[in-house]
Amino acid sequence: MLAQNIVFAILAVTMGVSALRMVTTQNVVHAALYLVMVLAGVAAQYVLLAAEFVAVVQVLVYIGAIVVLFLFGIMLTRAKLGEDGDLDNDQKWLGALVSTFLLGVFGLTLWRAFGETSLDLTNSVAVGASGVNTARIADSIFSDYLIPFEAASVLLLAALVGAVVVARRD
Amino acid sequence: MILNQFLLLAAFLFCVGVYGVIVRKNAVLVLMSIELMINSVNMNFVAFAFYNDNLAGQVFALFAIAVAAAEVGVGLAIVLLIYRNRRSVDLADLSEMKG
Amino acid sequence: MISVLSASEAAPVLSDGFFLGYTWLLPLASVIAFAFILFFAKKIDKRNAAAYISIAFIGAQFLFASAAVVQWQVRDKVVVVAHEAEGAEGEGEVSSDGEANAEPAEEAALGLGTSARFAVPTAEAEGEAKLRPAVEKSVTWYRNGPIDVEVGTHVDGFTVAMLFVVAFISLCVHVFSREYLRDDSRITHYFASLALFTGAMFWMVQSATTLGLLFGWEVMGLCSFLLIGHWWEDTTNTNAALKAFFTTRTGDIGLLIGIVITFFAAGETFDMAKINEAALTGKMSQWICFVAATCLFAGVVGKSAQFPLHTWLPDAMAGPTPASSLIHAATMVVAGVYLVARLYGVFWMGFSIEVGGMNLGAWVGSITLVMAAALAFVQTDIKKVLAYSTVSQLGYMIMGLAVGGWAGAIFHLFTHAFFKALLFQASGSISHSGSHHSFEMERMGGLRKHMPITFITFTAGYLALCGLPPFAGFWSKDEILTAASANDFKFAFYAGSLGAFMTACYMTRAYTKTFFGENRLHLFHDDHEAHAVAVDVHDSHDTHAVAAHDDHGSHDGPHESNWWITGPLAVLAVMSTIVGLLQWPGWLGLPAYNFEHFIEGNVFEETVLKAFGAPKFDFAIAIPSTLLGIAGMIVGVVYYKVFNHDAGLVKRGGIFGLIHKVLKNKYYLDHLWTGVVVGSIKGPIAKGAYWFNQKGLDGVVNTAGSTAVGAARFVYKYIDQGVVDGAANGLGSTAHGFGNALRRAQNGKVQNYAAVFIGAVGLAALALVLFV
Repeated sequence: MLAQNIVFAILAVTMGVSALRMVTTQNVVHAALYLVMVLAGVAAQYVLLAAEFVAVVQVLVYIGAIVVLFLFGIMLTRAKLGEDGDLDNDQKWLGALVSTFLLGVFGLTLWRAFGETSLDLTNSVAVGASGVNTARIADSIFSDYLIPFEAASVLLLAALVGAVVVARRD
Repeated sequence: MILNQFLLLAAFLFCVGVYGVIVRKNAVLVLMSIELMINSVNMNFVAFAFYNDNLAGQVFALFAIAVAAAEVGVGLAIVLLIYRNRRSVDLADLSEMKG
Repeated sequence: MISVLSASEAAPVLSDGFFLGYTWLLPLASVIAFAFILFFAKKIDKRNAAAYISIAFIGAQFLFASAAVVQWQVRDKVVVVAHEAEGAEGEGEVSSDGEANAEPAEEAALGLGTSARFAVPTAEAEGEAKLRPAVEKSVTWYRNGPIDVEVGTHVDGFTVAMLFVVAFISLCVHVFSREYLRDDSRITHYFASLALFTGAMFWMVQSATTLGLLFGWEVMGLCSFLLIGHWWEDTTNTNAALKAFFTTRTGDIGLLIGIVITFFAAGETFDMAKINEAALTGKMSQWICFVAATCLFAGVVGKSAQFPLHTWLPDAMAGPTPASSLIHAATMVVAGVYLVARLYGVFWMGFSIEVGGMNLGAWVGSITLVMAAALAFVQTDIKKVLAYSTVSQLGYMIMGLAVGGWAGAIFHLFTHAFFKALLFQASGSISHSGSHHSFEMERMGGLRKHMPITFITFTAGYLALCGLPPFAGFWSKDEILTAASANDFKFAFYAGSLGAFMTACYMTRAYTKTFFGENRLHLFHDDHEAHAVAVDVHDSHDTHAVAAHDDHGSHDGPHESNWWITGPLAVLAVMSTIVGLLQWPGWLGLPAYNFEHFIEGNVFEETVLKAFGAPKFDFAIAIPSTLLGIAGMIVGVVYYKVFNHDAGLVKRGGIFGLIHKVLKNKYYLDHLWTGVVVGSIKGPIAKGAYWFNQKGLDGVVNTAGSTAVGAARFVYKYIDQGVVDGAANGLGSTAHGFGNALRRAQNGKVQNYAAVFIGAVGLAALALVLFV
């Protein structure tokens, strides 16, 4: 399992650094690009966790659509595209304190709850190679989760209409 | 691989997202930070799907992605509206209180 | 009447009767009417369609309620038998438990449970009292662990009487509104709210549980908000609506706490019969009862406009007059009185009514009735006179309940509904046709010649309110006073007598100013030329009806309203005259105390009857109180002749002028109160508050004692709303101080909120992880 751990470590470091840079950089476009790094890292983690379909969706939806949306947002709000030294407010220390504290709480809780529980690499999710997991997800979405699925589509439609109504000029 | 490595990574991303939400002035950046938090939650879903040997977690992650997409769409629309009305997306300027 | 039987014999099947068992159809019909009017009335191609639909529904409901009255009247009485051995079960088993098993199969099929549980186990009641058992139906709403939360109806004589009066008044109000709000731009909303309002009251009075009661109670609060703010184009109206909503909401906090307390104290039940039983059998300790009763009473104080939360009611005059009529007569404000009467066991024990002396309810009721009557003297707006009169009469009811006059207080509620609805609608008629949409009495005068029907009907209501025999108010007011006297509540008795005198006095003032003397409308000719705009703040209520008025008559002078308005007035006038006779004391061999026998239930049996016996008509009370009323009327006439004739035109000097000025200017009275009432009763607190008021502007709040004095000022503020002017500065400074302290937390920076919120959640999570 060493290979997976090494991959995980590389990904984790990349994601952590990218995330930190995302919230500290003074350049709005860079922040969006760092976000892409994090999202791609998350997608890779999904692959590690045997969730290929979710990983693909992550790439398609997040990196393909949402980040583009963000870039549009940045441009339409005419943010300065170069260095802009004034992207943080005066609550840096409060923010750092709160998030560090929260991380401590999370870490404590998680460690107390799961410790070094290892993942079973032989279970059905783990060995569901070559698209079997995707088939099973499709089955369950269109049987057990049919109503949530329809609700999600209505939600997307409502969001679409809502976004148009909110943003149009009149 | 242990479960906690994924969970702790997700927790870290979440906390970074919290920091961004609290500290960033630009509304678009705040939305990005929220995306970071949503992603960390999704990682938890998928990690637990693996751990519990149950695909429901992955299905939930998919739904969460769909909801996040809707959220970003509406959120950015609101940001645009704010920008159009106030020529600024600085959250600190949004307060209308006199205090 | 067939009397029955002990439990051992084969119990006869007591038919519930359709109209008693299905009273829940009444609120349901109202809700249907509400939805139908809201969604379809505008589509119907007929003007004022909403009014006709609404009247049709309420008419059917009235017939239903009348049928229920008949069915209750002919319902068999059964003998109350106390628990034999199984008293510990907590389920009041009765001789008529055949009823519980009467149609088990059908009930099971319907998922309904019917039971007659009305006996509280006592030795005294054994085999003697004969009562009509209440009709109960309930379904389980939801089940949470061992607790079944039920929703159901509890229909007894009290409920049926309430249903009848609500339906009756509401019908009159609906018919009246058809003309009064004709062609109003939001007539559909108006009638929809009216229907829902009535339905909420229907629901409340038949609800078996405190939860159901709370539901109806809150829906009524919402509807009153909608109706008071019906003409929301004027800021005064919306402010009045908000004030009514928030003031009653303040009291509702107490109500909610009281419901929770009774829920746990009575053994995890919302059922009001069980709560009463628990209180009366001592399952709830006296102390718990006191706390629960006090909390519930806070809700009553808010809803029934008792001192010190009465201030919303006069402001609520901003609504359309028929809505005021409904709010004041049959719904909303009597909800509080109803609650006390329904949960009488809790109040009986909690306030130690049996002991006599005084208690919280008697104090509040007495203070309210005198204070409000005094304020009614200085109003120039006839609706405000009536509003303060309502506050005063509600004080009577609360006082009556608190002194053990259960039946008398309910009877007063019943009679008051008729004559107060009548008076309000008559004032609406005057405004509609006689004074160009103004309620200022300065613009009236001499209307008896122009509006004969309104005059005659108003006279009936006036005499009923003044308590002259044989009009309705006499019998009920007298019964409350008799109870106060007989049950040894001296202060309440004197306050009630004084209130009777004052009521006659201020009503005479209003009556003469409105109907006698010269018509003064022409004095205001200038502004009624352009009256759509030329109305001052006080009489802006009905400017919106002007458009409706324009096309149906001339503006040449006062004239009688048409029959849509006079019809309800006439009916109500007849009722105001005769309805008191329901408590005929049995002279001439006619049936005695019919109303009391109609509404009596086991709670009444176990409390008032056991402790005090049935109240009887007493000439020693009735004659003096009648004389007091007549004296009040004479004083009122003198007062009018001497001081108020040509008021505003004469400049009298000397003592008369002074008194005149004092009386005309309500702020003088308020100042007087500040000096005398506040000075003597609240003494040191008020002084401290006053001092603070003078010096408090510069952030005194930072001192240690600020909280205490702030609380003192809160009390001080509510001594009277007129004092607000004086106290506003002081109050402002308190708010300013607290605001300064709290401002930093509410800086409007959303990210700061987020930081605090997330940090707090983290702390809570940490606590949960570490300690749970």
